[in-house]
Amino acid sequence: MTYRSHADLGGRPGFGRVTPEPEGELFHAAWEPRVLAMTLAMGATGSWNIDMSRAARETLPDYARLGYYEIWFAALQRQLAECHLVEPDEAAAGRMLHAAPPVARKLMAADVAAVLAKGSPTERPALRQARFKLGQAVRMFAGVVPHHTRLPGYVRGKCGVIARVHGAHVFADAHASGRGEQPHWLYTVVFDGAELWGDTRSQRLKVSVDAWEPYMVAA
Amino acid sequence: MSAHDHDHSELSPMELRVRALETVLSQKGYIDPVALDVLVDTYQTRIGPRNGARVVARAWVDAGYRGWLRRDATAAIASLGYSGRQGEHMVAVENTPARHNMVVCTLCSCYPWPVLGLPPTWYKSAPYRSRAVRDPRGVLADFGVALPESTEIRVWDSTAEVRYLVIPMRPAGTEGLEEAALAALVTRDSMIGTGLPLAPPPRAR
Repeated sequence: MTYRSHADLGGRPGFGRVTPEPEGELFHAAWEPRVLAMTLAMGATGSWNIDMSRAARETLPDYARLGYYEIWFAALQRQLAECHLVEPDEAAAGRMLHAAPPVARKLMAADVAAVLAKGSPTERPALRQARFKLGQAVRMFAGVVPHHTRLPGYVRGKCGVIARVHGAHVFADAHASGRGEQPHWLYTVVFDGAELWGDTRSQRLKVSVDAWEPYMVAA
Repeated sequence: MSAHDHDHSELSPMELRVRALETVLSQKGYIDPVALDVLVDTYQTRIGPRNGARVVARAWVDAGYRGWLRRDATAAIASLGYSGRQGEHMVAVENTPARHNMVVCTLCSCYPWPVLGLPPTWYKSAPYRSRAVRDPRGVLADFGVALPESTEIRVWDSTAEVRYLVIPMRPAGTEGLEEAALAALVTRDSMIGTGLPLAPPPRAR
């Protein structure tokens, strides 16, 4: 089955101007904060991980025409249905119609502050030496990736330089598809604007991505 | 802000669908509705860009703290009480006359929540995510910001779990200001890199 992300927007033309927004204007409808909170609370049950949630969102067929929290809501319903925690008939009826399979944890009000403060660090002990070092030239993988990935299309096949080494981190590509954490070295790779875009507008522009070791080879 | 404050007849189809799901999740014992209230309140009143402004102001007045931010931003920021979800691995990037930093997540909406709170709508939007890496000077123009041609624009696309905080340059004429007054000049956008800090009030000049 082919995997298609609708979220890989870097460098794509035609989306128009950016509309600034005052500080503190967080939500634009009363349901939006409930979707945010439901998503965080269900994430805390341990039924899936954040990379699975990103994959569920970016593959929604109508991603491009949905608002941000509409995307979150559609993906949450999708994940709940896939895990058989909330069936579509229950979501439509607005009441429980089937037995509730157990979840690992439940986020209680008294624990919210501690859970947020702890977060979910992704750095893991490195199992091997880093293959690349600061300042080294690398070329990014150029092909099609048939699953969730965090390698944006606009850097594929491009040459960059290792600008930071972040240690070994949970590998999003594996984590999103239930293949475990498979930690790999994570680097910041910086590219010249001209390498990415090949035009004079890109002078004095440098762009970096954070990329796991399997995304690149020595250049 | 709770959906429950409203009469049913006023609810949009989306409000009804969201309320329906929350009811099912609650009946099934998966969520504590009070926890949802606490989560929303946390990001509306406690975790927002004033946190990051404190970090920046401290960096402006304390060279030792600035050095710590360079070496280990996660720990330096945690020392002011800001840590955790979506800020587990922090990097602080400093603007200089030669280099202006801008942060984006072209793939979704990755953003340093403990210091900046929830991302603004434009940060999550297709125009910003598509253009920040391609035409950052054009994006800056949308925000009314023009930088010298000689300044390099350095864009950080947060494609993994590292989160970036821009340390803007301290505005001129702020030598007499205390840390709290300096923090008031630090805008959210200046910590993303789409804006600059405010100018000091005339009396401080």
